[in-house]
Amino acid sequence: MMNFVNLLIAQQIPMFPDAEKHPEGAPFWFPPRAAAFAGDVDFLYSAIFWICTVFFIGIVGAMCYLCVKYRRRPGVGPQPSPSHNTVLELAWSILPSILLVWMFWEGARGYYETQQIPDDAEKIVVTASQFSWEFTYPDGDKSTELHLVEGRPVRLVMESRDVLHSMYVAAFRQKKDIVPGRYTDLYFLPTRVGKYRLACAEYCGEGHSRMRTLCQVHPDDQTRKDKTIWIKAKYMPWKNGARTFNMNCAGCHGIKDDTKTGPPLNQKWGEMETLTDGTQVKVDETYVRESLLTPDAKIVANFSNQMLSFKGKLNDQDILELIAFLEYLKSGGDPAAAGEVEGYVDPAAVGSGEATTPVAGAEPAK
Amino acid sequence: MSTAEIRQKMFGHADKNYLNHSKGFASWALTLDHKRIGIMYLIGVTSALLLAGVFALVLRTHLWVSDSGMLSDAMYNQMFTLHGAIMVFAFIIPSIPAALGNFVLPMMLGAKDVAFPRLNLASFYLWVCGTGFLLVALATSGLDTGWTFYTPYSIRTQTSVVYATFGAFVLGFSSIFTGINFLVTVNTMRHPQMGWFRMPLFLWSLYATAIIQILATPVLGITLLLLIMEKLIGVGIFDPALGGDPVLFQHFFWFYSHPAVYVMILPAMGIISELIAVYSQKKIFGYTFIAFSSVAIALLGFLVWGHHLFTSGQSHVVTLIFSAITFSVAIPSAVKVFNWLATLYKGSILLCTPMCYALSFIFLFGIGGLTGLFLGALSTDIHLHDTYFVVAHFHFVMVGGTLTAMLGGVFHWWPKMFGRMYNDLLGRVGCFLVFSGFNLTFFPQFVMGARGMPRRYASYDPEFVIFHQWSTVGAFVLGAGIVLSVVVLVYAALYGRKVTGNPFSGASLEWQTSSPPSFHNFDHPVVMHDPYDFGDMVYDETLDSWVHREFIEPDRRPEPVPAHH
Amino acid sequence: MAVAEPAHDTDHDHHEHGEFIAHHFDSAEQQYDSGKLGIWVFLVTEVLFFSGLFVAYTLWRSHHPEIFTQAHVFLDKVLGGINTVVLLFSSLTMAWGVRAAQMGRNRVVAQMTLITMVCAAMFLGIKAVEYSHKWDLGIKPASLWHYTGEHTAAVGPLAVSLGISDWLVTLSIIPAILLIAFVVVSVVLRLMDKPVWSTFSAGLAITVGGYFLGAVGGQLYMQASEGSSSHASRAPVVLHASSAGYQEQDHVAGQEKAVDSHAADAKAGEAHPDGNAADEHASNDHGTDAHAGDSGHGAHAVDPHLPRKEDLDQDVRIFFSIYYCMTGLHAFHILGGIAFLAWIFYRSLVGHWRPDYFGPVDYVGLYWHLVDLIWIYLFPMLYLID
Repeated sequence: MMNFVNLLIAQQIPMFPDAEKHPEGAPFWFPPRAAAFAGDVDFLYSAIFWICTVFFIGIVGAMCYLCVKYRRRPGVGPQPSPSHNTVLELAWSILPSILLVWMFWEGARGYYETQQIPDDAEKIVVTASQFSWEFTYPDGDKSTELHLVEGRPVRLVMESRDVLHSMYVAAFRQKKDIVPGRYTDLYFLPTRVGKYRLACAEYCGEGHSRMRTLCQVHPDDQTRKDKTIWIKAKYMPWKNGARTFNMNCAGCHGIKDDTKTGPPLNQKWGEMETLTDGTQVKVDETYVRESLLTPDAKIVANFSNQMLSFKGKLNDQDILELIAFLEYLKSGGDPAAAGEVEGYVDPAAVGSGEATTPVAGAEPAK
Repeated sequence: MSTAEIRQKMFGHADKNYLNHSKGFASWALTLDHKRIGIMYLIGVTSALLLAGVFALVLRTHLWVSDSGMLSDAMYNQMFTLHGAIMVFAFIIPSIPAALGNFVLPMMLGAKDVAFPRLNLASFYLWVCGTGFLLVALATSGLDTGWTFYTPYSIRTQTSVVYATFGAFVLGFSSIFTGINFLVTVNTMRHPQMGWFRMPLFLWSLYATAIIQILATPVLGITLLLLIMEKLIGVGIFDPALGGDPVLFQHFFWFYSHPAVYVMILPAMGIISELIAVYSQKKIFGYTFIAFSSVAIALLGFLVWGHHLFTSGQSHVVTLIFSAITFSVAIPSAVKVFNWLATLYKGSILLCTPMCYALSFIFLFGIGGLTGLFLGALSTDIHLHDTYFVVAHFHFVMVGGTLTAMLGGVFHWWPKMFGRMYNDLLGRVGCFLVFSGFNLTFFPQFVMGARGMPRRYASYDPEFVIFHQWSTVGAFVLGAGIVLSVVVLVYAALYGRKVTGNPFSGASLEWQTSSPPSFHNFDHPVVMHDPYDFGDMVYDETLDSWVHREFIEPDRRPEPVPAHH
Repeated sequence: MAVAEPAHDTDHDHHEHGEFIAHHFDSAEQQYDSGKLGIWVFLVTEVLFFSGLFVAYTLWRSHHPEIFTQAHVFLDKVLGGINTVVLLFSSLTMAWGVRAAQMGRNRVVAQMTLITMVCAAMFLGIKAVEYSHKWDLGIKPASLWHYTGEHTAAVGPLAVSLGISDWLVTLSIIPAILLIAFVVVSVVLRLMDKPVWSTFSAGLAITVGGYFLGAVGGQLYMQASEGSSSHASRAPVVLHASSAGYQEQDHVAGQEKAVDSHAADAKAGEAHPDGNAADEHASNDHGTDAHAGDSGHGAHAVDPHLPRKEDLDQDVRIFFSIYYCMTGLHAFHILGGIAFLAWIFYRSLVGHWRPDYFGPVDYVGLYWHLVDLIWIYLFPMLYLID
């Protein structure tokens, strides 16, 4: 028992712990701080903690004191005292409110910062399923663990194969649900090398508690390449995306700024698009997916509603590859570099519902 | 009837009372008497509490080590789901309004019954029926969706989701009917001289609760109905495979379930107002503020449901708005706590069992409410959502809040219900066990959650073992405290020392009846008094009861205490 | 009225209670006020109960308006309009009944209540025609959807001989049994010299007759409008000019089609081709249609005025899910309303209503008006989208 108390006192009082001695934060109360903004979260937590402690001790202390001082004694009744005091009521409503406003503000500010995803963030696609994780890196390789590079911002584009899941890395203080039928985003900026727990935080069925894996932050890119167990891709995603595009989209969409039945797509990625009703929408993963599955939901201005729906014809992997292709075009890549490579997947097989995940082991031609 | 007889009827112990007014199974099963219905509800919800409590103990035992295998993962999932579903729908939502409220509300108003006695009985049978369906679900394939039934898992799973959601649906109607009944009763059946601001605060809280029950529960009804339709004929509203939206389900669900937590806590706060006033023998401080704060909590509670969806991918604007409004709900709750403390000031405090529970409430609800702040702030919530921190928070408010207040209220009104006194020492021992066991169970869970332990996990990382073990020990202590309290109460009802109408000097109208009350509640004209004017109460030795000054024999009437200003 | 009423306390020396004042009320006024407040609060809960569906409708309509423009073709405005008029009329008769109850004219209350019940049953009869017609086309909630663009012909002998849908026969079985039962019971009770119950049973029989009135009327209308272009209640959706001969599920062909249709394109917001052949089986098909007569038996009558299967968006099924949920829940409330009205009807026959006691008629009247009001919202929201 005393050991525990010592443990508590010695290291872990969550009050702005000494950054020198504990660069990772307050180990007892918090997980290690391994990303930007984790420190902010801990600061706010500590601040709220101490504000609450002060109030709580005040309340309970007053309660105990009053119960002792005014305990019932034979022959002594309650003494006369006021039964209302508007000034007091206003005081103890308004003063705490000020603290609450501050708490809200600090929380909102911290949240807002975590949602500003830099444009140069590395994009990693997360596919959650019952009960495992699959991470797809920009070059198409996959892993069942999340491997990041220290100091490199990462944007996770997350999709689910079945039910709700949630990506939670306690060391980063970040969490986002993964919703089937759409993409959700999460942004990290890892700041500390190490291994951290990545867990599913939305109940998803029998194996929910087994859906834990590792998030490892490496000091640099090369270390990451060497240390990760990769499930190598046979081809880069944008290449198969290019082929899928040729088979399905090229009839109406050009990629050399040429307008056909539909608008050209080579420069579209990440831009704002104006729709027929005047509103604007960003061309991101969600918009592309929606355009493929329910094209008549949003029509680009000056075009008409003619696009086919690809529901049932393109699966989630195809859509992600098409997106990769659009990103590739936007970044100035030359689609002619697609070419024929070993492991080429016949687009006619696409849409049959079979998985097109490549088998590990074959040497990719990139 | 002579004056002595009237006084005896008003304040004495009554051997002929509502309990033995008529005999036989049918006289209870088909009763329209709100007091009997309250007793039946009390037995029912206590059974649900004990059943779901056993599930909790099983869960905690399983979690003793990080991968015990005591239960299979699937069985663990069923246990936590059923624990939650039974506790929320069959125990906590009905608990105080249906069991205590039914018994006390009409008498506090000076009325003979609620406005719609048959609807009241129907409510009870709907409770039985709904709980029955939950048990059917238990007995068939069980339920493993979590009590929140999130789609699409609840659509895909092969467990008895339809039985369970239908059970919850029926329980919802039980709640709605109780709400309608109480709202109308308070509106139309108050004593002619009882204006709104001369009502006891328990009634204000039940009124605010009734408003929530009426407005929010139907939304749960349609949500569950749609979920059932989704499972049976696949309407596609919540199922992404059919073009539906799982987050829409979450919005619909929490639109009810957040106000529902105020259904759980408001009556509890009402009880605490009564207990603190009676056991300090002082008018409650800030009556008007407490009354309005109940209504404010009820209304604000409808605007914050999105704080359960901060990580769901909803828009940032909406997220910010919900966070801001969530903080506003803290104020009325804090106002109540401060007012209770001010009531203690210069009172004459009796630390009997109900008062011990009331003080426990302030401690435990204090922690529960304050930890809500961590969850209302966005950046911390992102870290803490779906971890044990949330589990600890809601158990502090629901168990440390509602259950504690309910136990306090049950002890407080037990002598009225049965005309017999409980063993106060053992009652306080029970309170101590509940208090300490509860703290030991749930405080470590805050730490676990902050350290990243997710909830609904059957197995976990070994770093959390010590916390889980304290939590498990605490759970058994808590369980022992609850069981001890139930035993003390049941023993008292059967063999306790007989007491008279007003053993504690309560000033509200339910104390102006015999103990136990007669079938009609009041066999005499009801005389309206300020429910918190304890200075008006005098101990009458012949009756062995506290009575209002005017009822005491003229020659024994003592000098009035100087009035409070 | 109360079950297990306890023995009357002879010490009851306060004001005498009127015959209809419940024991716990102090006066008739208190009882009426309580009942009035109670029913209004209950109606609030009903509105909130429906609100979830209205919210779902609003969300889907704003995010996927194309589904709504395509789908409402299948809803017949005339039938919906008739239903609206029927319900409005029933509200009138109900209000009349309440007024009569206030004046203690029990006979009039009985008559008005009966007419209201008949109207309600008529509404359900027309609904049965609408539903059965849709089911013939395979239009069911999302996962049971198997729209074929063709009517399935009837197979059952009764359906064939009457020229109606098998589904309509199935739906009408219970009303038919009830009708016969109520008539028989009424006659038997008359012979047993129980005139009030006999009249009550006769009234119920007449009510069920209202169902057949609605069903027959609706069916006749359907058949009359079958051949005309107003069958689907509006001009058929102009589809892609190239839709004739369009083959589904063919990427390459699809690409060609897309190019061809560019020139033929005319209207904005029109339905567009979407290969659905795989979809009707690929999605969660929750149960096959065990009913004979569907899915390909018998001759197929291709209706040139109906949209072709391929031309409908997959998500159009969601519209019908919402449609069935909203109108289904509403119909369930109509049924409940008929039950409450029957209770009022009986009490009118026994002569319970008097100027100082008519609360229940008032309350049921309010409920009925709400049910009517909900339909007034549903009708334009579902039928009158243009």
